[in-house]
Formats: sequence, C-alpha cells, structure tokens
Amino acid sequence: MADVPEHLLKRSQERRKALGLPVEGEEAGAAAASDAPETPSEEAAVETPAASDAGGGGDAGGGDGEAITEDKGGIPAHLLERSRKRKAALAGGGGGEPAAAGAGGARAAAATAVAAPAPTSSGPGGHTQRLLTVVKSGSIQQARAEAQDKVHVWPHLLAIELASILSLTAFVTVFSALVKAPLLGLADVNQTPNPSKAPWYFLGLQELLKMFHPMVAGVTIPGVALGVLAITPYIDKNPSNKPTDRKFAVIMMTMFLMMWAVLVIIGSFFRGEGFNFVFPWNKGIFFEL
Amino acid sequence: MATTNGNGHRPKVAERLAEIGDKTRSSQAWTSIFRPGSIYRKGYTDSPRNRSYVIMNNVLYHLHPVKVKRHAVKVSYTLCLGGLSFFLFILLTVTGIFLMFFYRPTVTEAYANVQALETAVTFGSLVRNMHRWAAHLMVLSVFLHMARVFYHGAYKSPREFNWVIGIILLTLTLLLSFTGYLLPWDQLSLWAVTVGTNMMGYTPVFGPQVKYVLLGSKEIGSETLLRWYVLHVLMLPFVIVIFMAVHFWRVRKDGGISGPL
Repeated sequence: MADVPEHLLKRSQERRKALGLPVEGEEAGAAAASDAPETPSEEAAVETPAASDAGGGGDAGGGDGEAITEDKGGIPAHLLERSRKRKAALAGGGGGEPAAAGAGGARAAAATAVAAPAPTSSGPGGHTQRLLTVVKSGSIQQARAEAQDKVHVWPHLLAIELASILSLTAFVTVFSALVKAPLLGLADVNQTPNPSKAPWYFLGLQELLKMFHPMVAGVTIPGVALGVLAITPYIDKNPSNKPTDRKFAVIMMTMFLMMWAVLVIIGSFFRGEGFNFVFPWNKGIFFEL
Repeated sequence: MATTNGNGHRPKVAERLAEIGDKTRSSQAWTSIFRPGSIYRKGYTDSPRNRSYVIMNNVLYHLHPVKVKRHAVKVSYTLCLGGLSFFLFILLTVTGIFLMFFYRPTVTEAYANVQALETAVTFGSLVRNMHRWAAHLMVLSVFLHMARVFYHGAYKSPREFNWVIGIILLTLTLLLSFTGYLLPWDQLSLWAVTVGTNMMGYTPVFGPQVKYVLLGSKEIGSETLLRWYVLHVLMLPFVIVIFMAVHFWRVRKDGGISGPL
C-alpha cells in the first residue's frame, strides 16, 4: 500500500481541503448515499500515506480514525450520523418500495432511475466512480518466466541440421566409394590369425588383457568404468558448469578418456604377432577396421 | 479449358504452368497432404506463425520445440554430435535394410552372400562400405558426444537421468557394432568375436553361462551367427530406438540443451 499514485494523494488533499474538517464530511457522505459503505475505505486508503507514513498496519481505517474518530468503537461520528439519516430515509420510503418491486421490474427500475441521479450528481468532486484499493502490480500479476533470447527452429536450426546431414552423407558416400571395407578369407575355426584382434573400440580392453587377469581386464574394469560413468551426475555435486569451477572433474575425465585413447592406439597400431609390442614403422600395421 | 486469357492472346507456356501449379496446390488432395505451415502449401509466407506451424504440423520436425535458445543453434557448442549420431543410426538402418535383401545368416551362405554383394549386386559394394564406415563413425560420434556433454557439465541437474540413458545408448551402440562385426563370417569377424566373447566368458560367477548365451553353443558357429544376426537387425535396434526416444524426449523436457557456459 506504500505506493499510492500521486494524483490520488493530491485529490485526497484537495478533497480534505474542500471538506474542511472531518465533521463536515458527512454532508457529502449523506448526499452520496448509494456509495455509503465504500466511502470510509476509499477515503482511508487514499489518506493513509499522507496522514501516517509509519503506520503501515495495512488497516487503512486505523490511520484515518486517529484524526477523525470519536468513541463508539472507532467509528467516525459523521458516518454514524450519515447511517442514521440513511436508515431514516429508507424507513420513510419503505412502504412504497416493496409494492413497486412487487408490481413489476419496470416500475422498480423507474423508481431507482429517479432516485439515482440525485446522489451521482453530487459525488465528491463530481466523480461517480470510487477507488476501492490500490494494489501493486507485482502482488497480483505473476511473471511466469524471464524472457529468453530464442530463435525459431525453422529455419535457423533445421537449416543447420540439413547442412550437417548432407555433408555427412556426402562424406560417407565419397569415402565408401574410395575405401573398401575389409573382407578377409572365409572364417576358419582351425586357422587362428596372428595376431587376433577385437574390433578397435575393444582394443583398449584387449590391451588391458596383457596386464591383468582376464576377469579384471575384460569384465571388472569395463563394468566399473561404465557404472561410475553412469552415476557421475549423482557423484558430482558441483552445480557449476563453468570449466574453471570444475577443474577436478575435467582433469579426471580427460585422464579417463586419454587412457582409453592411448590403450586403443597401442592396441591398434603397436601390437604385432603374438600381440607383442612392435613399432608400426618397423613391422607394419596389424590392424583391420 | 480456356485457351485465351481474356485479352485475346494465347497464354504462354509459363503462364499455363503457373496456372497448373496454382490449381494443384489449391486442390483438396494437396492441402490435405501439406498441413498449414508447410512450405509447399499455397501462399506460404515467412511469418512467425508459419515458422511455428512448420514444426508443430510435421511429425518428423516435431522432435524439435518451436523455438530454441539462441545459443543452442551454435554449431561450435554442440558440434552437431548428438544429431549426427542419430542421423548415422538412420543411415545405418537404410543401408542395413538394403544389405538384408542379399544376406542369409548361415555358415554356408553368409560369406558367399557378402562376396556377391561386393561383386554382383548393383551398388552392393558401395552400400556395404557405407554401412561399415558409418558404423565406425557412429561409435566415434557417440563417444565424442559423451565427451562433449561431460565437458559442458550438461549432465548436471536436471539432466542427470538423461546422462544415464546416454551411457546405456553408448553401450547399445557398441553392442550393435560388435554384433554386426561377426556377420560377414570372414577370418576378421570370426576371430574378433572370439576374442570378445572369450573376455566375457571371464564374467565372475556366471562366466560360462554368459558365454553360452552369447554363442548359442560351446563354440562359435552357426548358432552364434543366427543369434547375432537377430540381435543386430532386430532386437538391439528395437531396444536402442526406445532409449533414443526417451533420450530425445528428456532433452526437451529438461529444458532443451544445456548452457551457455
């Protein structure tokens, strides 16, 4: 409630000036009888910041009451007076109105139409509308998400995808036209080639086989490696994705990847007959893709 | 059939073609095939609305959201590795279907069939080469994709589970490649698979059983060939497609690709 627009404050001050002290307020209040219940809250809402900045209780009536109130539970005297007048007026017309309502909607409407102009014409400052409350926009409007810098997938992303797909297809086609896939002799169980090598992506494991017991090299190490890799997101509690904040993770992963790369390269190019270490420039390459 | 266009002169060929094109594109058949937003539809204009429709009204493009973060279309961030892995899978499916027409997974025929592919079948050699090189490339691209995702820290919340799916996809990719390795039934495939399955035979506790399940018998033979053929062309592709679907779906649900750094 802190931010009351300035024009409202101004209007409130003007009105107070025009009305003089609060006791005189009942004149206008009584005239605008149709709005009776709303009047105090409006006045209060508008006047609160002006009257007491530090009040802040949210109960606008309190701020107003200090200036105007008499006893009787804090209800301003002029309001009590107005209420009394209104009740008297209703009691006076009470005999006729139910009859009119009973007779028909048209007559009732006519009656109210006749009654209405009197209060409206003499509203405060000539206004017929009243301000109920001032609500800060933030308290009722919720911004769902912050606006992001986005682009349409078509054409921006699809064009890139098409270009990359076409390039890759062209590359694979041309490469396949130029380089033949290996096809050795018919499989023969009785004739073991020397060396016998696994597909290249398993040559790291085959390399480990040279160093460890097969159960360790062939099953345990790859199994544990895959397992640890799979649960990495649950181990790594560091929320940052900036390389400078996660040096340990980057170093570990690089060492892990490099280890496999080195093992695969050694297994592919530096292992000759009997899977013994050779230099490819001495003995040639024992490797088929 | 109007042979004049009202001005008295005969319409030119270009005008006739334009008219035919116009009629075709406003026909019921055409508009039923190409949904609103299709660039082939009559009156396609480059508007934000149509750009959205292109994605929303096409089942293939529907893997994408209508819009993505601007940095997500930077090639230098993703290097297209994930998308290209998927495309290589499609390429392998297409070339693999072609190869299936000429291949029988039996010990007596497999090798001869591959030889016939190399020598007698039109484009047989080219397609076989493509299938093999694309397979190696896919292993490589999936591996590099994993490295890329790690170095970008893209496996962190909320993408932890998608990373796990990714590791499963990496394993499945290796298995797909390895099962295909045996099928030519030449010395290379036989002994590579022998080395591989011997390794798996050292699985703790269940070693012999694992090896038996993989080979279909005590020794590598015709049972193994059939088994690995079915795994290669049917079962593993089926499984990997399911995991890929989850993977792509989670990419979208977890808020698109990660970053920027």
